[in-house]
Amino acid sequence: MNPASATPALRIRDLNAFYGESHVLHGVNLEVAEGEVVTLLGRNGSGRTSTLKSILGLVGRRTGSIQVGGKETVGMAPHRIARLGIGIGYCPEERGIFASLSTEENLLLLPRIGATGMPESEIYAMFPNLEERRKSQGTRLSGGEQQMLAMARILRAGARLLLLDEITEGLAPVIVQGLGRVVRQLKERGYTIVLVEQNFRFAAPLADRHFLLEHGKVVDVIEAAQLAGRMDSLQEFLGV
Amino acid sequence: MIQALSGQLLLGLINGSFYALLSLGLAIIFGLLDVVNFAHGAQYMLGAFLAWMGLSYLGIGYWWALLLSPLVVGATGLVIERVFLRRLQGLDNLYGLLLTFGLALIIEGLFHHAFGNSGSPYPVPELLRGGFDLGFMYLPKYRAWVVVVSLAVSLGSWFVIEKTRLGAYLRAGTENPKLLQAFGVNVPVMFMLTYGFGVALAAFAGVMAAPIYQVTPMMGSSLIMVVFAVVVIGGMGSILGSIVTGIGVGLVEGLTKFIWPEAASVVVFLLMAIVLLVRPAGLFGRQK
Repeated sequence: MNPASATPALRIRDLNAFYGESHVLHGVNLEVAEGEVVTLLGRNGSGRTSTLKSILGLVGRRTGSIQVGGKETVGMAPHRIARLGIGIGYCPEERGIFASLSTEENLLLLPRIGATGMPESEIYAMFPNLEERRKSQGTRLSGGEQQMLAMARILRAGARLLLLDEITEGLAPVIVQGLGRVVRQLKERGYTIVLVEQNFRFAAPLADRHFLLEHGKVVDVIEAAQLAGRMDSLQEFLGV
Repeated sequence: MIQALSGQLLLGLINGSFYALLSLGLAIIFGLLDVVNFAHGAQYMLGAFLAWMGLSYLGIGYWWALLLSPLVVGATGLVIERVFLRRLQGLDNLYGLLLTFGLALIIEGLFHHAFGNSGSPYPVPELLRGGFDLGFMYLPKYRAWVVVVSLAVSLGSWFVIEKTRLGAYLRAGTENPKLLQAFGVNVPVMFMLTYGFGVALAAFAGVMAAPIYQVTPMMGSSLIMVVFAVVVIGGMGSILGSIVTGIGVGLVEGLTKFIWPEAASVVVFLLMAIVLLVRPAGLFGRQK
C-alpha cells in the first residue's frame, strides 16, 4: 500500500482542546497511516492522554480538525466517532473495566464497530487467562488480566485503530513482555496502533514512528530508523 | 390481637409494594442519569389520574389503563428528558432536582386547579373483587394482587438489569457513561429510554394504587417523601436495595402502627437518620 495516496487512518490538524477553562492542547498535528504503529512520547502533562481523549470526543471542547478515515469528527457525538473509518478502540489509562459486570459481560458488552470483530476463539487464544476468569467480576481480576480484558473487548468489537493509553503501567515485567507480544501480533495483522507509553523500552521496538509532545503540541517526530542516533536527545527530552 | 397485627402488617406490605415500585424507578434514574427525580410523585399521581379520567370520560377499564397509562406517562418522560434534563447534564445534580421539583409543582398545581382537593374513588376491577378468609384475617383479592404484581415487576426489573445484556449496558452506563459512549453505544438515547421507563413504573404504581387510595392531585406528594427516605436507606442507585428496603420499610411502618401508632409516620425518617449515621452510603449502597 502506498501511504501517500491512501486516506490516513487518523489525521489531526491544529487541534486545540479544553477542559472547562483549561486549555490542554495547543495545536497538535499528526498523521497515522493504516497499519502503522506510532507512539506519543512526552512527560506527564504534555498532552498525550488528552490527544487520545480528543480523538474520541471525551474532552470538553475541541477546535481544529480530527479526521478518522477521511471523515471530520470535531463536533460529532462520541458514539458515532467510534464507528468511523476502520473502527476506533480505546484502552483508557485506568483500564475502564466495569466493576458491576463479569469478565465475560465486559468482553461482550461493546457493540460491533468494525467490519469484522475478532472471534472469541482467537481472543481466548491471545489472552488465555480471560477464558478461565470468564465468570469473575471484572474488578476481581489482577491488574494484568484487567489490561488484557481492556484490549480484548475492543478487538472483539472489531476496532482496527487502537488507542492504547499506558497499557504497561504498574504491571510485572513478565506481563509487559506478554503485552509486547500481543502488540507485535496485532501489528503483523495490520492493526493501526497509537501507543501512549511511559515505558520507552517497551514502545521503542514496536513503533514505526514516535511523536514527541510538549506543552500540548507535537514538537518533533522521530522515525524508527533514526532512533539509535537520537537516543541522547530523546532521553533528555523525556527526563529519564 | 393477632388479627390487628396481621392487618397492620398486610397494610405495611401493600404500602411497601408501592414504595418498592417507586423507589426502584428513582434508583434506576438516579443511577444512570444522576438525576434526583422529584417529579416521581407527580408522575405516580398522573398514572392514577389517567386511569380515572380514562374510565370516567372514555370508559377505558382498569386492565387497559394498567397498560396505557404507563405508556402515556412514560412518553411524557421521554419528552422531559429530551427537552429539559439533557440540557442539565454535566451540571451539579441540584439543577435536575430543582427542575423536576418545579415540574412536580406545575403538574400537581394544574390538576389541583382542574379537579380540586377532594378525592375521586376508582372501582376495584370486577375480577379482583371479594377476598379470601385466611382464618386469622380477611385478605381482599385486590390487595393480594397488588403485592404479587409489584413484587413480580420489581424482581423482573432486577433480573433484567442484573442478568441480561440490556441490563449490562445499564450497569456499565451507571458506572461510566462517557467511556461507554466512546465504545460506540448511543448513551443519550439510553438516558432518554431509562428516564421514560422509570417514569412509566411510577405511573404503573399509580394505576395500581387508584382502587386502594383516593385519586387526588396530592396523592403523590405525600407518598414521595417516604419513598425518598426509602431510597436513602437502601442506598442511592442500588436496585435490589431499593426493592428490599421498600418492602422492609412498609413492614416496619405497619409494625409500628401496631405497637405505637403515634410514631408510625416518623419511624421511617428515624430509620433514615440512623442509617445515615452508621452507613452513609445506605444499606446496599457502595461508597462512590
